[in-house]
This record gives sequence, C-alpha cells and structure tokens, in this order.
Amino acid sequence: MARLELKNIAKRYGAVEVLSEVDLDIADGEFLVLVGPSGCGKSTLLRMIAGLEPISAGDFLIDGVRMNDVPPRNRDIAMVFQSYALYPHMDVARNMGFSMEIRGEVRAARAEKVAAAAKTLGLAALTERLPRALSGGQRQRVAMGRAIVRDPRAFLFDEPLSNLDAALRVEMRLEIARLHQRLGATMIYVTHDQVEAMTLADRIVVLNGGKVQQVGTPLDLYERPANRFVAQFIGSPTMNVVPVDADADGLVLGGGARLALTGAGAATTLGVRPEHIEVAAPGEGLIDGTADVVERLGSDTNLYVNAGDLGMLTVRRAGNLPVRPGERIGLHLRPENLHLFDEAGLALARPA
Amino acid sequence: MAAIRQTHPLLRAAKGAALFFYLAFALFPLYWLLKISVTPDRLIYSEGTALWPKTTTLDNFRSILFQSDFLSYFANSVTVSLGTAAATTLIAAGAGYAFSRFDFRGKRIVIALMLVTQMFPLLMIIAPIYKIVAAVGLLNSLTSLIITYTAFNVPFATFLMQSFFDGIPKDLEEAAMMDGCTRFQALRKVILPLTLPGLGATLGFVFTAAWSELLFALMLISKNDAMTFPVGLLTFVSKFSVDWGQMMAAGVLALIPSCLFFIFIQRYLVQGLTSGAVKG
Repeated sequence: MARLELKNIAKRYGAVEVLSEVDLDIADGEFLVLVGPSGCGKSTLLRMIAGLEPISAGDFLIDGVRMNDVPPRNRDIAMVFQSYALYPHMDVARNMGFSMEIRGEVRAARAEKVAAAAKTLGLAALTERLPRALSGGQRQRVAMGRAIVRDPRAFLFDEPLSNLDAALRVEMRLEIARLHQRLGATMIYVTHDQVEAMTLADRIVVLNGGKVQQVGTPLDLYERPANRFVAQFIGSPTMNVVPVDADADGLVLGGGARLALTGAGAATTLGVRPEHIEVAAPGEGLIDGTADVVERLGSDTNLYVNAGDLGMLTVRRAGNLPVRPGERIGLHLRPENLHLFDEAGLALARPA
Repeated sequence: MAAIRQTHPLLRAAKGAALFFYLAFALFPLYWLLKISVTPDRLIYSEGTALWPKTTTLDNFRSILFQSDFLSYFANSVTVSLGTAAATTLIAAGAGYAFSRFDFRGKRIVIALMLVTQMFPLLMIIAPIYKIVAAVGLLNSLTSLIITYTAFNVPFATFLMQSFFDGIPKDLEEAAMMDGCTRFQALRKVILPLTLPGLGATLGFVFTAAWSELLFALMLISKNDAMTFPVGLLTFVSKFSVDWGQMMAAGVLALIPSCLFFIFIQRYLVQGLTSGAVKG
C-alpha cells in the first residue's frame, strides 16, 4: 500500500503540451477517479503513473521515492487495461500467475495465490480455459485477478468497464467497490463515465484540456463546482446554465425576472441543476415556460421546458408529475441552490 | 439467414468441374515429372505420350542416389536454404518488430529504401553482385549464396513480419511489462509465441525461394562440390543428349524437402492465435 505524489507533472509531445501543472497527493488506500471528456489527458496521466509513458516534467513519487525513471516492472503497480490485454496463449491460471512466474516464485506458492484469487472472483471453474473461451465479463474478472494476485502497492484501472454491456457494468462496478473495501489498496481509476466516478471515488479529479479543473469528493464537486466545466460535467441530466445581468440588488434573468441576491456583482451566468428547479402553477413561479417534452422514468419525471428568452431548461422531479407536453407551467428557483459564474466561467462564492 | 442456401445441382457440378480442371492443370507437370522418372530409358522416346509406361523402374533413382553427385548438391541446397531462411527470418523479425513498435529518426527513409530495392529486375544487378562477391573472395562458396539470398529476401520478409507484429495489440506487451517483464522478456514470453504463424510463413517463403533459385547459383558457383541442386540439375544436360529419366528422378527427390518443410510449419500457419486477447 502506498502514497502517491504527483508534483507539477507535465506531458509534452514535441511542442504540444497535453498535460500541465498536475499536482496530486494520493493517500494510502484512497480510491481516486480521473474523469473527463475524451482527449483530456486522463489516460496519458495514468500511463505516466504506470511508467508506460515518460514524464516530460515534474516529479512522481511513491512513498517518497522518485519514480520518474523507474521502469514499470520495478514500480510494483498493477494495471487493468480497457482491452483486458490477456495473454491469449496462456490459460486463465497462467494469465493470473504470470507476474509471479516472471519473478521466479515457486509453482506451489503461485498455484495457491491464483486459486485464492480465482475463488474470490468466481473463476474457480474456469482456470484451465484460454481467454478466447471466456465471455467479456469473465475476461474482465481475469484481468482483475491478474492484478490482485500480485498484491501490488497500487492498482490502476484504465476505463475497465467501457467494453461491457450496461447490466454487467453495474455488476462489475460493485465488484470493484467491494475489492477496494476488502483490500484497502490505493486505486486510481480512469473513466469518462461520471456515474462510475461518483459511485466509486473517495476523491474525483476532473480533467479538461490537459489541466486539472477540480479535485474533491463526489459531493464537493456536485455541490461546489469550481467552474462551469465541472458544474456541467458532473451530474445528470446536465446543469442548466443561463445568461444573467447582475446589479447591486441581485440578478436579472433573460426574460426580465428578478432574483434578489447579494454579492452577485461579477456574475454573467447562472447555473441550476435540473433537480433543483421546482414546478409551480403558471404565473406563480419565477419563470413561466411551456413543457416541450415530458420523459417519465417511473421514479422521476424529466421535463424539457421552453422558457422563452431563457432558452431550454431541463427539470427533474421525483415521482410522476402530472404535466402534459405543451402545458404552461411556472418554475421556481431557490437562491441556495444557485451557482454563479463570472465571465471566465469560474464559480463565485455561493450566495448566502 | 440461418438456413443453408441450397445451390443448384448444375451450379455445383460446374464448380466441381472448374476446380477439377484447375487442379489437373496445376498438378499435371508434377505428375509428368513422376511419370518420366519411373519410365525406363528405352521407353521414353518409343512409347510416345502414354499416360503411364508399360513397365516402371526405379533405376533412375538408384543411379541418381548412388552414381551421381546428386546427394552433394542436395546437401548444399539444404545448407543454403536453411541458412538463408534462418538468417532472413531472424533479421526480418528484428527489423519488423522495430518498424512496428518504435518511432525513430529515418524510419520512413529506411522503409522507402527497402521498397526501392524491390523495384529492379535481378538481371540488372547480377554483374555488380558478381564483382562484389569475387572481390571479397567468396566465389564458389555456399556463404556467398546465403548472403546474397538473405540480402534479396530481407525487405519483403521484413514487411511480412511487420504486418504480423502490427496485428498483435500493444496492450499485451505493456501488460507484460507491468507484470514485471523487461521489454525483451515481454517479447520472448508474450509476443514471440503469438508471432509463430508469421515466423512460419516467413521461413517457408524464404526457404522455397532459396531452394529453387538458379540464376545467382549459376553465376556464383562453378565448382562441382559447391553446386546447389538447381545448378546440379543442369549437369544432366550434356552437349549431345539430355538424361531425362535421371533429371526427373532428381526433380522428384527435390520436392521432398519443400514438402517436409511445409508439413512441419503448417501447424504454425494456423491463424486466430490471438483471438481472445483483447476485446475486438
């Protein structure tokens, strides 16, 4: 188990900088999730931690020892690949025990550890099969088994669930969460799926355009996003963002509605999550609009409301809301649920 | 889609006939080789074009094996072909791996140069090759043939091997390196076993090319004890007659190593070895 430190890490390909100023301190036993849209540099960062990609600038330390120039085999880190990367000519048992085989550990010790790992992952009956005779979920388990058997200082996961179907993804997500609870190991997990990030992480790192946007617990990111990007990236459906004019008394929305707020001086946009908009009778809310599309999910109702000059707003309410498409409704906002962003997209201190 | 489509019987018969004609056309020379080799000398010209001689004999084989230099030609050919196949495959595997996995300065130029070497007809460079080989004193040696054949086969073999390496996911090597391998161990334990079909194909291709090469062997070898098999065959042609029976018998025997070699490597030519490695 280990503490990982990234100090001012950068990655350049020639003159192109794909990652810069990455500073992270990952505590022993922490589950850290790197999340961001494709091309944000999250996989590159993971591969730099693994040692598969050279670090262009900055320092990477494991338990205080600089690892920049240490080859992957000496970092004692296990990685689960998106493609699983199982050795196709070896059976499941040999796949899982390969790292011990390379380190020259005796056959009996290997067999014991492999059997134990196979049992926890429900692979005991499959140890003699070749990878091509396994289903996607089973291959995924073998890839995890290969990492567990090694008993490494840290686990890296590179979008491990993105090749699985939806039901299996939920199941394997739970399995990874259980694995983390049982092993208590340091884990770094890359995904573009914010649900995976929210459910698994102790802390989430949101990356965009090669820069860290925000680091925090899932609820931190949800409640106090540092900027518009994080605000819209975390949470589903996406946060509504509308332009506003701010003056000394508060905010003026596009449609002319006023919100009394103090300290909103520099705000140019207002963000509000779909689940924080309340539905009222027409004329009784702050804003009036027409329900354009109504999605009934059973547990929730999603409304896509045409709010005139404000544009389209998404509203999510629990339960089954008796609203029909085309119906006029009023929408109400509570000041404590609002997020304000300045010209540069940075969040302003929450209105009290 | 599940039901097997029934083809018209006439269409099936036509297909069979086309296949049959193709096979007959392709295999007839081999059949004729065998037929002449077992025909007694006195019947070769008198019997005309009968499909099978009235009496057969193994005399041609006997005299080839025990009363000619055939066995020495044969041994020379085996040495040259195996030497060339091994050397070429080794070099091509190394070069192909480098082209497939690494980015280095001048890579494109090297690849372009290798392509250029494939553009010229061999006849154009026979004289310069002869001059070079003579200058380094390698005329009449099997080494000269191995070096020349290797030089000619490496570019194509490299492209062949590169495409095989390209077909193996990079993730596998990286997984092996995470698992504790050096790059070389990853190559040996993970990549090499998966490249066996490629190595087999390359070995087979180069072996047969070297086995049947005549032009350079004729130019560079003039001493009887260093002759390879195709050159040796020409010794059956004398000024006044051609010893057809012995020549054909020698030809039949020459087929054997190629056949054996392909039987040996054909199990490595089976594809689909990498399936299941990564989600496709």
